[in-house]
Amino acid sequence: MAKVPSSQEELSSRFGPHLNYNPPGGWQGAQGSKQAETLVKTHCCFCGQQCGIQLKVRDNCVMGFEPWEEFPFNRGMLCPKGVKRYMQGSHPDRLLDPLMRTEQGFRPAKWDEALDFTARRLRELQEKYGKDSVAVYGGASLTTEKSYLMGKFARVGLGTRHIDYNGRLCMVSAGTAYKAALGVDRSPNPWNDITQAEVLMAIGANVGECAPITTDYIWRARDRGARLIVADPRFTPIARNADLYLPVRPGTDLALLMAMLHVIIRDGLTDREFIAAHTTGFEKTAASVEMWNPRRAAEVTGVAPEAIEKAAHWIGESRKSMLMHARGLEHQSKGVENCEAVVAIALATGNIGREGAGPIMITGQGNGQGGREHGQKCDQLPGQRSLTDPAAREHVAGVWGISPDDLPGPGYTAVEIMNAIHSGEIKGLLSICFNPLVSLPDANFTREALEKLEFFGVIDFFLSETAAHADVVLAGSLQEEEEGVTANVEARVIHIKKAVDPPGNARRDSEIICDLARRLGRGQYFPFTEPREIFEELRLASRGGLADYYGITYEKIDQNLGIFWPCPTLDHPGTPRLFEGGRFFHPDGKAHFMSLTWLDSGYPVDGEFPVYLTTGRVVSHYLSGTQTRRIGALVDQYPEPKLEMHPRLAEEKHISSGDWVTVTSRRSAITLQAMVVRTIRPDTVFIPYHWPGGRSANRLTHRTLDPRSKIPEYKVSACSIEKAAGPGGRA
Amino acid sequence: MFGREFYVDPSRCIGCQSCLKACEECDTHRGISMINFDFVDRKESIATAAYVCWHCDEPTCAQVCPADAIKKYEDGVVGSSLKPRCIGCSNCVLACPFGIPKLVPEYEQMMKCDMCYDRTSVGKKPMCATVCPSQALAYVTPEAIGATRREKPVNTFWFGNQKITTKVYMMAPADAGEIAIDVADYTWEGENELVPQAF
Repeated sequence: MAKVPSSQEELSSRFGPHLNYNPPGGWQGAQGSKQAETLVKTHCCFCGQQCGIQLKVRDNCVMGFEPWEEFPFNRGMLCPKGVKRYMQGSHPDRLLDPLMRTEQGFRPAKWDEALDFTARRLRELQEKYGKDSVAVYGGASLTTEKSYLMGKFARVGLGTRHIDYNGRLCMVSAGTAYKAALGVDRSPNPWNDITQAEVLMAIGANVGECAPITTDYIWRARDRGARLIVADPRFTPIARNADLYLPVRPGTDLALLMAMLHVIIRDGLTDREFIAAHTTGFEKTAASVEMWNPRRAAEVTGVAPEAIEKAAHWIGESRKSMLMHARGLEHQSKGVENCEAVVAIALATGNIGREGAGPIMITGQGNGQGGREHGQKCDQLPGQRSLTDPAAREHVAGVWGISPDDLPGPGYTAVEIMNAIHSGEIKGLLSICFNPLVSLPDANFTREALEKLEFFGVIDFFLSETAAHADVVLAGSLQEEEEGVTANVEARVIHIKKAVDPPGNARRDSEIICDLARRLGRGQYFPFTEPREIFEELRLASRGGLADYYGITYEKIDQNLGIFWPCPTLDHPGTPRLFEGGRFFHPDGKAHFMSLTWLDSGYPVDGEFPVYLTTGRVVSHYLSGTQTRRIGALVDQYPEPKLEMHPRLAEEKHISSGDWVTVTSRRSAITLQAMVVRTIRPDTVFIPYHWPGGRSANRLTHRTLDPRSKIPEYKVSACSIEKAAGPGGRA
Repeated sequence: MFGREFYVDPSRCIGCQSCLKACEECDTHRGISMINFDFVDRKESIATAAYVCWHCDEPTCAQVCPADAIKKYEDGVVGSSLKPRCIGCSNCVLACPFGIPKLVPEYEQMMKCDMCYDRTSVGKKPMCATVCPSQALAYVTPEAIGATRREKPVNTFWFGNQKITTKVYMMAPADAGEIAIDVADYTWEGENELVPQAF
């Protein structure tokens, strides 16, 4: 029974989150008086920008940082999360030993006991209920080596088909769309291309807060005269410099994009030569947007017809237009169509495959790109290969030394795994780098599901809200405690250096997984002692795939400050820009227009729940907050979730800034303080989702998925709001 | 210093507060941030402004200090108060036309931006301008600013009749030569010196 074993108060007092404000030894102590022994050139552990940073290390402690100005992506720049990231290593909440659940709560255990128990329980469940009765959750903050290892561990170590990862909540809609339209799941352009664009459109991308470093690229383009279009229900920090702001209603981006394509076709702004030479399916797509004139789209989106015309003309009249998109487009039940529409605009205007021209997806998670390429996605094998492709199965099985027949088929996606746990189909779960209780939609459902697990094992460095439900918690490692690679937002493969050893008895994640595989009797497939050995195998497994890493080595990354995949041979320089010369990755070499169909959201607003609820991030927190809610300086910047609402809605409900407000959806209600601002649509409220329990935005969101990408519809829910008497609840 | 100057452009600021956090991390600041940061009016706008000390050519803070605790270095940087001299009187806090100095009761002295003197005096960039993701705070050469930015650097400010020139530059619209913030600056009241752009 995976119920939380002790009271919340007891858990919090032992495992936090406590706020760390001080470097090891204090401000006046170690950091101030002692110089660092070494500066380790590595990367930030947080978002997909993967900024270069130098960690100051002394006595096996990360004591601080120095900017790394030579690294070309961020040139020393860092957001506040990057500045304070080093505060985790010596954090008082770090797990220093494995933990075993007892009736009284968690007790520290020896590794042998914890790992033997984990292996025994997983084996027992599989013997009793079948191989697929256990599932594995991975995460996109893991290095590529660890991601690869998790996929192999699930399929070879456990023999289950159910492995998926928290990137399912992040990048999969764009990935699915780009794969369908362009033949590969990758942002086509290196970020320097942004500075060369004449027109930039950011849609569903809160760049200033969620990809802060990208702001400088956009501003540099503006300095050169580029025009900026921002489409978002909120007036985000970059919107105040927008030449055109489109206040799109949540869940209606598709109508806006279809109307823009309508105008581009109607007014002859397409690149006919490009379409004829390099694409298929244009006529069908053109027919699908024929009805979407700006007037009709205005009624759906709340964006003025004139503004839609203008945006379409700016993009269509330039051959250096870039369309940038992120979770705002993806987190919808039509997330894939949204991204396909962006790609269709780029293709129709010939804005792709050149400097300053392209559709680009802004990956959110640290290794959002690399973590989804090598096999922890439920339907993929290393190298971005399909798990259902017989040739791919044979290649990877060959590298792994198993028969292709022993390789399980595709399993459930992240939310489907939780659904199957809730329904009793899946009985056991091993999870790393994932905090589903905070990050999955409909948190009450997630909690019910976790409580039904017959065995739940977690590998983590802090006791997350989810880990508190575990039977065993294996004390793992922070990013800076194990070497590896990640791929940043541009698909630049970069080198994560090991700066320190894990503290106490905590272990490197890959060591834990390999040890577990040995105890499951599968040790011969996991002979790795160092991440480098895993990378060498990954190079072979990815060889010939779309995400071909064969030509990449750690040394080559260091010499070149990153290598863009695909990189098929050791003398290949890597591929910063895809699709040059109109060559796409489908077997026919062409890009495929996808026809677009308008769909309403999963749970549209109605009389009872008349207000749109949308969720997202703030700049000082990262994802489920497992890490950032423990860093004092970041918590001080945004201590509690606030409900952003427009004065017009606030006046209607007699709410002022700071008042407590109960937000109710069809699933649950939470009470938060209002933040009354003119920077959001009057029909919409916004809540950042980084918090658990009664402050969790995901208690309100719903489990509707995009049918293809299986991403949840975080960005559109229906809610009602009422002023509350106090923090506890209703008025 | 070393050919580089400090430029502040609030129009680029995204309010991320990276500068505030990084200022604490400078080896000599040790956990105390000396960045001035404001949400201009959060209800009405997302606009934010982060700024450092302007390092005046004739620093008012130093002029009004009864303890002679504020020094301007040869390279134009105006330091924080000298701990042994500062008497915590707050004269500087009240007198600075930009509102920069802060009296930190915990440390019993006035603290303000010293342009990371330990870094800039040896050719490094200050922490805030190094990390700033939007380069609203930038520490680059005048040539680089001239070549890359559409705004223009200005370092002459008017506060009533007080004309102040500073080491740090504000990025202003290309037609603004000087910055005046008071309607009175534009009002003819006899023989006072008027801001040229008023005409």
